[in-house]
Parts: sequence; C-alpha cells; structure tokens
Amino acid sequence: MNLLLAAEAVAVPTVFNYVWLIPAVMAASFLFILFFSKRLSIKPHLVGVPAVVGSFLFALVIAFSWIGYNGDVNEAQAGPISCAGGEVAVGGSNHDTEAAAEGEGEGEGGGESGHGEQRFSPCPVVNDVTWFQNGGPASEGGSDITVGTLVDGQSVLLLVVVTFISGLVHVYSTDYVAGDRRYTHYFAFLSLFTASMLFMVLSSSTLQLIVGWELVGVCSFALIGHWWEEKPNSDAALKAFLTNRVGDIGLLVGMIILYFGAGKTFDIVAINEAAISGAISKNTLLVAGLFLMAAVMSKSGQFILHTWLPDAMAGPTPVSALIHAATMVVAGIYLIGRLYAVFFIGFGISGGTLNAMALIGGITTVGAGALAFVQDDIKKVLAYSTVSQLGYMVLALGVGAYTAAFFHLFTHAIFKAALFLGAGSVSHACHHSFDMKKDMGGLRKFMPKTFWTFVIASGALAGIPPLAGFWSKDEILVGAGAFPGTGGNGTYWVPFIFGMIAAGMTAGYMVRVIWLTFFGEYRGHETPHESGPLITTPLIILAFGAVFAGLFNIPEGFPVLGSRIGEKFIRWVEPSGISSFPTIGHAKPSVALALLATIIGLATGLLVWTYYSKLYAKDKLATEVTGGLRDKNRLARAGHKLLVEKYYLDHLYTGVIAGGTKGPVARAAYWFNQNVLDGIINAAGTGSTIIGRFVYRFIDQGAIDGAVNASGFGAESSGEVLRKVQSGKIRQYATLMFAAAALLAAVFIVAV
Amino acid sequence: MFLNQFLFFAAILFSIGVYGVLTRKNGVLVLMSIELILNAVNINLVAFGALHQDISGQVFVLFVIAVAAAEVGVGLAIVLLIFRNRRSINVAEADLLKG
Amino acid sequence: MMSSALLAIQSTNPIALTPNELWVINTFFYVIAAVGIVAALKMVTTKNVVHAALYLLVVLTVVAATYIVLGAEFAAATQVMVYIGAVMVLLLFGVMLTRAKIGDDGDLDYDSKWIGGLSAVSMFAVMGYSLWEAFGTDELPADMAVQRTGQVANSIFSQYIVPFEALSMLLLAALIGAVVVARRD
Repeated sequence: MNLLLAAEAVAVPTVFNYVWLIPAVMAASFLFILFFSKRLSIKPHLVGVPAVVGSFLFALVIAFSWIGYNGDVNEAQAGPISCAGGEVAVGGSNHDTEAAAEGEGEGEGGGESGHGEQRFSPCPVVNDVTWFQNGGPASEGGSDITVGTLVDGQSVLLLVVVTFISGLVHVYSTDYVAGDRRYTHYFAFLSLFTASMLFMVLSSSTLQLIVGWELVGVCSFALIGHWWEEKPNSDAALKAFLTNRVGDIGLLVGMIILYFGAGKTFDIVAINEAAISGAISKNTLLVAGLFLMAAVMSKSGQFILHTWLPDAMAGPTPVSALIHAATMVVAGIYLIGRLYAVFFIGFGISGGTLNAMALIGGITTVGAGALAFVQDDIKKVLAYSTVSQLGYMVLALGVGAYTAAFFHLFTHAIFKAALFLGAGSVSHACHHSFDMKKDMGGLRKFMPKTFWTFVIASGALAGIPPLAGFWSKDEILVGAGAFPGTGGNGTYWVPFIFGMIAAGMTAGYMVRVIWLTFFGEYRGHETPHESGPLITTPLIILAFGAVFAGLFNIPEGFPVLGSRIGEKFIRWVEPSGISSFPTIGHAKPSVALALLATIIGLATGLLVWTYYSKLYAKDKLATEVTGGLRDKNRLARAGHKLLVEKYYLDHLYTGVIAGGTKGPVARAAYWFNQNVLDGIINAAGTGSTIIGRFVYRFIDQGAIDGAVNASGFGAESSGEVLRKVQSGKIRQYATLMFAAAALLAAVFIVAV
Repeated sequence: MFLNQFLFFAAILFSIGVYGVLTRKNGVLVLMSIELILNAVNINLVAFGALHQDISGQVFVLFVIAVAAAEVGVGLAIVLLIFRNRRSINVAEADLLKG
Repeated sequence: MMSSALLAIQSTNPIALTPNELWVINTFFYVIAAVGIVAALKMVTTKNVVHAALYLLVVLTVVAATYIVLGAEFAAATQVMVYIGAVMVLLLFGVMLTRAKIGDDGDLDYDSKWIGGLSAVSMFAVMGYSLWEAFGTDELPADMAVQRTGQVANSIFSQYIVPFEALSMLLLAALIGAVVVARRD
C-alpha cells in the first residue's frame, strides 16, 4: 500500500493530458488542405509543414516530460507497481515475487554493465473518455467503449520518430512532387497518413488501435496509388490493400479473443495485466498471439505476406520513405510491443529456444536479404532491405529483446528514411528512373551530397561501427542469447544464425547498390545534376542522425561514453517493474560478437566490391558478368531464377490460389451446364421424340417428317419449360420464395 | 388472454400480406402488402415481449418500424423510377431479367 | 431528480386484472381483430388503389390498438405517428405520383390468383400448425405490467445503443438512396 502511495507521490505532468493535440493537429491539417487550401489559394505545404513541425516540437516536449517523470518515479519508487489500481491483487502479488526473483537473477547476469538494482518505470499514463457504454455500465456486465491516449516510453518514442521523419518528408516533398497534378491531394494525404499513425500510436484500447491500423492502411492505399493513371500503380495500391486485409482478419480475431479472455475489456493496460497475472490462460494467449502475428505479417511485411511491400514502391518516393521508415510498416512492430505481455507469455519467450515470432522474423530477414541482391530497381532493393530489417525487429521481439527491437526501429527509421530520400534524389537527377543498371552509375561525381549521405546511411544499415545501425543490430544479436556469454531470455540459436547471415547480406547488397549507382561510368543519357537544397537538407539531417542516433543506447560498459549517455532506451523506453509489462531479461554485451558481426559484414561488402571492381576493369559499362557462374552451373542459375521470381510467391497467390479457386469453379459450372443441364434437355428431347414418333405414326403413318418436327418441337418445348424458371417476373420469384419457405418450414416441423 | 390469439391474428395478417404480394400487379399495392407482413411480425414481437415481460420486444418493434419507413422510402423511389421510365407501375411488365 | 423519476417508472406495480376486465379486453380484441382481418382482405382484393390505401389505414390502426391491449404504449404511439402519419402519406403520394386511376381499375391483379392463394394458405397452415403445437392454450400473465416509455428509452440508450446508431446510419443511407434513385436527371 505504501508502495502505491509512493508511486502516486510523483505528479503526472499535466502536459500528457494534451498529447491528443498531436494527431489532432495533423488531422486538422488534412481537413484544411483538402477543403480550403484550393479555395483560399493557400499552398498546401504552407499548411502541412508548419503543422508537422509543430507536432514534432510538441512531441519533443512530451518526450522530455516523460524522461523527467520517468526518472522521478524511479527514484521515488521502492517496489513493483500495480497499474490497475489494485484490481489484480492476487496476480499482482504473484508477479511481485516473480519480478523480485528475476531482478536478482538479472543482477548476477548484468553485473558488469552496472545496473544490478531493479528499475521502476511509471505506469502508462492513460487519459480516457468513455465514448459509450455497451450493454450497460461495467458493473452490470457491460463494457465501456473508451477513446483515449496512452503515454509510455514506447508511444513517446514513436511520436518523436513519426513526427520527425514525417516533417523531413514534408519538406522534401515540397521540391520532389512540385508541379504534380495532384499536389494538394498529395499533401492532404501525407497529413492524414501522419495523423493516422499518431492516432494509432497513442491508442489506449485495442479497438482504437484497430481503427488507427485501418486508417493507416487506407492512407497507404491512397498514397501508393497516387499516380493511379498508370495501371501498375493502382494495381500495387490494391495489392497492398488486399494483402493487408488478409492480416486484418487475424487482427480482428486476435483482438476479440483478447477482449473475452481479459474479461470483456478493450483496455490495453488491463489486457497486458491479465496476461501477466494468469487471468488469461497460456493457450488462449498463444492462439491470440498467432492470430495477431498474421496481422503483423501483413502490415510489417513479414515473410509470405511481404509481397505487397516491394510493389508499394509505385508510390512517390517520399511516401515510400514515410511508409518504410516511420509509419505503415512499423505498425506491426508497434502492435507486438503494445501487447508484449500477450506474446511474451503466449509464446513462452522467456527461457525458450525457438518460437513462431522469432522464426518468422529470422526467415524474413534472410529471405528478403537474398531477394535484395537481384533487384535492378534501386527502390526495390531498399524495399527488400526494409523487409529484412523488419524481420530483424520481429526476430528481436521474438527472442525477448524488446528494447533492442525498438532501438533498431528508431535507428532504422532514420537511416532508411535517408536511403529512400537519397534514392529519390538520385532518380530526380536521372529523369525519374529507378533502374540502377540502365540509367545510373558514376553519380558520385555529379551529386556529392547525395552520395555521401547515401554512403553514411548505407554504412549504418550495414552495421559498420560506430554508425547507428551497428549498435542496434549488435544489441539484437546479443539479445538472441545464443552467443557464448550473452545470456538473454533464452538460447535462440536458429534466430541468431539467421541474424548473422542477414548481417552479412545487408553489407553485400548495399555495396552493390552503391557501386551500381555511384561508381563506374554513367550509363544514362544527359548529364545528371545535384538536387536542390529542399531535398539535400533533409538528407544531411538524416545522415547526421544515422551517425549519432546509435549513441542513445550504447552499452553502459562502453568506455567513457557508456556510463554518461548509454542505455537511454533501457531507462526511457522499456517499462520495468510494472504490472502491465513482462519482466524481460537483458543480455550481456559481447565484444567478441560485435567484432565477429562487423568482420562478417565487412568481408561480404569487400567481396561484392571486388566483384564489381573486377567487372569494371574488364568493361566500363558492364553491370553483370556474362559467362560467369550463373551460366556455367545449373544450380546457381536455378537459385538466381528463384530469387528473380521472388520465391514464386506472387505466382502462388495470383496463379495458384486465385486461379486455383477461380478455374475449378468455372470449370465445374461449365461441366454442370454442359452435362447435367444439357443432358436433361436432351433426355427430354429424346423422350418427346419417341412419344412424338409414336403418336405421329399412329395418326399419320406416312408423314416421315413428322418425327423430325416432333423432335424439334419436343426439344424446344422442354427447353421452354426450363427457361420459364428464369422469367424475370417478380411475382414468380416471390411465389417460389414463399412456397419454398413454407415447404422448408413444413420439413422442419416434420423433422424436429 | 391467450398468447395464441395474438399470434394467430399475426399469422392471418401475414398470409394475407403474402397473398397481396403474389397477386397484385401494381407496385404501390405490392409495397402496401409488404407493410402488412411487417406489421404481422411486429405483433409477434410485442406479444412475446408481453409474455416474457421483456422490454426488448417493444424496442425491436421500433427498429422494425424505422427500417420499414426506410424501405417504403426507397421502395417508392424505385416505383417512381419505374413509372417514369415505362409510364406504368405494373410489376408484371418489369421483366428485363428474363432468361 | 432524474434517477428518482426513472426509479418510479421501473417500480410500477403490476395490477392483476379481474375476470370481468379481462372479458372486456378480450372481446375488444376479438372485435378489432375481425375488423382488421376483413380490412386486410379487402385491401388485397379491392379494385381501387385509393380504397386499398384506406383499408391499409384501418389495418394499421387495428395493429396499434393491439399494441395497447398488449401494454406496449410507446410502440402503439409510434405506430400511429410513423405508419399512419408518415408511411401512409408516402404511399398516397406514391399513388398520386404514379397517376393511378381514380375509381376502379381492372388491371390491378394477375389473372391466376390461385398461385398466391395457395402460397398464402400453405404458409398459414404451416404457421398455424406450429403455433398451435408450440403454444396451444398458453395464457399471457394476468398481472401483465404496462411497458413504460421510460423503460423503452432506458433499453434503447444502454443495451441497444449500437443497433440504434446503426439504424440512424441506415436511415441516412435510405434517405440519400431515395433521393438519388428518384432524382430527375
């Protein structure tokens, strides 16, 4: 009881009550641009950019308040906090002892990194208004449908990331899409996209989360299909939308299971607490978790449902940057983190060796990494790279490295945005082509700013120390707990190996992209030029981020810097010691592992570099070896074909599944038409022919043609009888309906 | 009061409504007959609500009335459209779906 | 203030009816039911469209009276206002706008009425048989309470709030749909 009082002693900053303003401002910007911008002849970016900058500044205010509040609570607090206000008394106390035990264990493991004592984060700050009560008040068995905001480390992180990336994308777009035929529409949807994502990030109930989730999907549909006049673009938009629908079914089913499992509540905090306290059985959590994984697979482009993501490159490049860095695709990661207790308990992440989430993440990260090697379109390489990195995040969450996953989300958002915007800048120079082999090469000399920012971001992506990606990737690999001496939540060998392979691949394909784009001879026509300041400034800002963002969560054991600025994510983002978040273990950083991963990355990069420089020495315009291994070895050729065809997944979906259901149904209908229906008519015809022949012979023996007439007449009249069923007459249909209803009711009466 | 006296009254009205739908050619008259059917259903709802002393019966009657109002609105709009196109609201003539 | 008023509504004591009162109510019901059935039959057989509308009016009034007998006062009031008020006016508009013949019209029915008759009779047979099987001579509770408007309101705005909101969307859609369909362009 004293503990609770102590927790309440720290006042919640009132600024959290106004956090709803952030999505509201973006939504207002959307409405204003859509309805008034043209009429009042205000340039849409003059509305959108200030709105998003304001949102970003307010998000920073929220972030700093959260950091302060977080620290105060941690100091004031001496024991675990129950977030539901004592409602889960029994489960809460269970959890307390568990947490204490875990805390001790962690103290042993993480001794060197210097945070032996248990940390205590504040509970998520929830501000709800009841929209309506369904089925009476909660005390009478109904459930409150609430709308509200939830502020905790995770949502604050996403607030900052989304508004930051979106702000830069807004600025970048003012130049990139200038003069577009639907400039206003573009900016309106950019605002709405940001607003939806912020709405989803702040949602306090699963119902609200679904609404935000769908809004994000709709906006991505509108933006991917921005240039819908070309068929491939509208196809890509549809594909993105429909693929996401597949996962949405999983989302709905999973949420419904959790709603009933947690005792009729949509409240995210309550669901997490119920999962931890054991109020929801482990099997229920597993089933719900698997359904939710389907949603994550579609939204975050995990393997087998990732096919929409590369096609989504059909949209304008800044939109791709926004989708891939900050909004759409991280929604799935966010969902896992938001309901982490469900997954953590359901999949038995603690102490496990493999689970569905880690496996899906692992397969995705390697599978997509391999695909990135055979793409000629620079944006598609980046798209597959995103899929691969998302796989990394899912893998990290699957092995229990929650903090590492969100750290990687943060750094990835920055350098992937830099890469996409860089690719946009390149294509701007090369007359809107994205084909690396045909229209690029040697751009280093023409666009130095783009080149350097691109190289830095690629280095960050490939995990070259000391760039941002190195730290986050390393933490994920450490978190798998398989490398000797790390010890996280379990020993995840398989995900660890997948992660190591992907680390090598990333360096390889990024070197390939850089070589094909910036080195060698220019293969396009006309001289390319550097982009304007509105495009290069965001690139430079992001490149700075790609260099320094990694410092936020460097291990505390790191010399000099570690104890001063290290492990901010563990302090600020990760909830610990509260009843709505599982107690997760922290792995011990390993210098050997960091070195190994770096060496693998550098080695692959070097290999690819040598390959292309040899090629260049032979032929200055060549982009691939002729008569190489692929032409000599059948196995290598088959492997290449498999990658070019994207593992045949698109064929599977459109050809086998869609075609497979379409074809047989059509064939069956045709067969039924040909054989059964025609058979009946023919039989009726034959029958009447016989009768007709008999009757005619009886009446007029000599009339031979009578038989012919009769057979014709017979077939016609029998057809006439069958045709009458399809009369188009309302009355006949109504009669049939009522008669059938009466008949069926009679059958029912007799049978029952 | 028997429950069945109300239910049978409703059943009779329902059957008469069905007869009307099946024999009338005039579109407006068909709509009127449908109203008869809906009213028969409503009587059932109220009767069962009274039997179980449950308010839900009446609530559903209100819903049905609202839906019926919407149905008449759209139905008459369709009839008007048919009349405008063919100068007749004889539903027997509206058989373009003939196979 | 509000809650005490609601409490008063909910705690209405049902009063059992005396046999005499029951007899009066029953007789009333049988009379109006007979009137209703006759009016309904006339409605589906008359040769005059306007008469048919007037007969429908009678049937609807009888149904409203039936609601009163069953203690559903709000449903009865709504029946009168929505059906007899609004729907009937709409139907009469329909009659007018489609230039129905004033007076008898020989071309209102199909020639073969037996199809409709057979369907209706067979439906009634099925329904009547199952009703009799299921409920036989079950009585309504003699101390049947009148279902107050306040209770209806409570129920709609708590338990049935979602269907209620959905219904408002339906009405809006129907409104727009009707305008779009009937618009001259």
